[in-house]
Amino acid sequence: MSSEVMKEAHRCTTICNACRYCEGFCAVFPVMEMRRKFTDPELKYFANLCHNCRGCYYACQYAPPHEFDLNYPEVMAKLRKETYQEFAWPGCVSKLFKNNGLYIFAMTTLAIFLFIAGTMLFKGPQALFTAVPGAEAFYKIIPYWLMCVIFMAVFFFSLYALYRGVKNMWRITESKPEELWKLSNHIQAMKDAFTLRYLEGNGDGCNYPDDKFSMIRRKFHHFTFYGFLGCMVATAIAFLYEHGFGIPSPFSIFSLPTFIGTVSGLALCYGTGGLLWLKSRMDHRPYDEQSVGMDMSFTTLLFLVSLSGLLLLLFRGTSAMGLLLCVHLGLVMGFFISMTSGKFVHIVYRYFALVRNAYEHREWD
Amino acid sequence: MSNSQNNLRRKYDLLVVGGGNAALCAAISAKHERPNASVILLESSPKDVRGGNSRHTRNIRYIHPAKNSFLTGPYTEDECYQDLLGVTKGNTIEKMARLVIRESNNVGDWMMEQGVRFQPAMKGTLHLSRTNGFFLGGGKALINAYYATAEKLGVEILYEAEALDLEIENDTFKSCTVKMEGETFRIEANAVVLASGGYQANTEWLKNSWGPQAANFLVRGTPYDKGRMLKVMMDHGCKTLGDPTQGHMVAIDGRAPKFDGGICTRLDCVPFGVAVNKDCKRFYNEGEEIWPKRYAIWGRLVAGQPDQVAYIVIDSKAINLFMPSVFPPFEANTIEDLAGELGIDPAGLKATVDEFNAHCPSDTSKFNSGDKDGVATVEGLEPPKTNWARPIDTPPFYGYMLRPGITFSYLSLALNERMQVEKEDGGVFKNIFAAGEITSGNVLGQGYMAGFGMTIGTVFGRRAGKEAMNV
Repeated sequence: MSSEVMKEAHRCTTICNACRYCEGFCAVFPVMEMRRKFTDPELKYFANLCHNCRGCYYACQYAPPHEFDLNYPEVMAKLRKETYQEFAWPGCVSKLFKNNGLYIFAMTTLAIFLFIAGTMLFKGPQALFTAVPGAEAFYKIIPYWLMCVIFMAVFFFSLYALYRGVKNMWRITESKPEELWKLSNHIQAMKDAFTLRYLEGNGDGCNYPDDKFSMIRRKFHHFTFYGFLGCMVATAIAFLYEHGFGIPSPFSIFSLPTFIGTVSGLALCYGTGGLLWLKSRMDHRPYDEQSVGMDMSFTTLLFLVSLSGLLLLLFRGTSAMGLLLCVHLGLVMGFFISMTSGKFVHIVYRYFALVRNAYEHREWD
Repeated sequence: MSNSQNNLRRKYDLLVVGGGNAALCAAISAKHERPNASVILLESSPKDVRGGNSRHTRNIRYIHPAKNSFLTGPYTEDECYQDLLGVTKGNTIEKMARLVIRESNNVGDWMMEQGVRFQPAMKGTLHLSRTNGFFLGGGKALINAYYATAEKLGVEILYEAEALDLEIENDTFKSCTVKMEGETFRIEANAVVLASGGYQANTEWLKNSWGPQAANFLVRGTPYDKGRMLKVMMDHGCKTLGDPTQGHMVAIDGRAPKFDGGICTRLDCVPFGVAVNKDCKRFYNEGEEIWPKRYAIWGRLVAGQPDQVAYIVIDSKAINLFMPSVFPPFEANTIEDLAGELGIDPAGLKATVDEFNAHCPSDTSKFNSGDKDGVATVEGLEPPKTNWARPIDTPPFYGYMLRPGITFSYLSLALNERMQVEKEDGGVFKNIFAAGEITSGNVLGQGYMAGFGMTIGTVFGRRAGKEAMNV
């Protein structure tokens, strides 16, 4: 039984495939043209290949007020959200996409509260407002083993859940099982993903935040993505420092992990801040208004994680350290929780849609 | 006085009437010629549907000495002119035709400078890959780029502003009466470029030219092309060219909207099927030529049938051989049931298909959907089908209803080589220029070749804008 969104996606795709003027814009239209008829699983794959660049909306001769009322980016965004719910593992997570913004906000606030309350309970309220000098300062607030256990637990659970999500996606979109882990597909998909090829348009960028072609969204997205990646790398190096070399944190500002972390944090802060700024000015027509909570909460959370991390670095020698640490860890925890139940999943599903795109093009050629 | 009126100048250097490709090329070229000139452009439609028929286009034909990243080989003036003679059967004005073709040389480069982007020929249109440049995103993307450029150059643009009348004294344009936001006012200018399209969206005028059957024509493009400026100029004694019943007319899906159906209502299945009228009689050789060379005659053919309707029947062998249709085909397991779906006589359709099938050659192994294959009906069938004549025998059977879809009319203002509008008495309107569909009859007497409407609009538009700065 197809949803109303799915029915609308079929109607729109039929018009698009009879017109085909947009084939130069992104990855969706070329794979659309490989087909004459469309199944629900195929459209779920299309929805994750679309990244709301909006080129097709502004170029569309059938966009509103035309009686065909064609708004492809909007219907793809709606369908994409439905697929996030359908692909989600464990199944109960799918409900969390409904009021996603509220849910992410609540979970993050709760995490911050628990870190603060725990610190107050076990270390006394003064720990939050006392400067802690020297090595292992952070762990005098939150014990090291506790940090490791809870973050590792949530992180690895999330990774496993995303892996199951990908398996679900592959099955539900009826993608070919033997292609899932083929190296050549991943080489192509990584090229596409790491360059944000499809936000480049044909060299002029995408139509965001308004009808003009612009590279600005791609720029901010690159800062966000590589900033995020840098933060992960910095964390991994820090882990290695502590366990491989026995160097206790906090590290010097000139140490490798802190340096990479600082630069990446600045990039992440700048990128997410820019994306939020663009979103506040964007044309809402080629967009799913119901997704605003999910989209904004994810970007905002990343912005706050990077901002609080930078503040922690700046004020770690002061009496504000205790409170800042709790807030930062709470935000990071909120982010880890949202990995399976928030906009974070777009990274994974979009990537695997590009994997399928790679093999479909190879087969077609 | 409305706000928009308060901001208007007392007098402009140039007024452009129309908001499609030709109008924008004229406005942009005028600003290139004289950057300080005051130029105002009147688009009668709302902003969301601006651009006239240009927003439904997707390519432009132009000559070029060498291939580039999106054109696969050279295309010369002589070859283009021969192609034009082929489709118009010689019904053109050589001086004007050669002017369009010659000045189209590498015009894609100029278009790219104005922000237009090209892509290689679309899948399914590879036969045009050498001669026609395809716009990335189609005509609306082109129009968006031109509007952005015109705005940047300082062209004033009024939307939902309809030109009603022209004040002309001593063969000289003085002012234009404009209706906007419910008010009527005048705009004075030193020169005017009329680029307001054909008259095909004016059903009453079409009926006058064609007779009452024109009520059944679908208009493939903008509903705003009412031919008002054409009429005004005719009243002022301009010289016109072209038969009012001539135009770019194709057969499209009968379920298409009355206006603005655009490209997706096309049906490319005619060569692979049997076409009948409402009396279930065949009326033309469906396999005369490859479809890109014949699609432009089928509009007139269908317009000539009773009730201006035709039906195309194919079988499951052919369903995947053409571009997908926007409306699903009617479908049935027998020819009689299909006729029921289509609303025509089951016995009549069955008899026609049976007769056709009986005349199909026994050997159809040379069938080739991509090119003329010589698989023709044997003697005795009238009219014959000279290519792709495979029997319609493999269910399920599919059917479509066809209606004439008019793209634009050819009845035109006669131009001299400066793009000035000529008078019936041999004189010329000194500061009245024209471009685009309203001038297409200077080049197209009948027939059509893909992407040439945009050539006429671009070349005449650029020239008109430039000449209007040198009145």
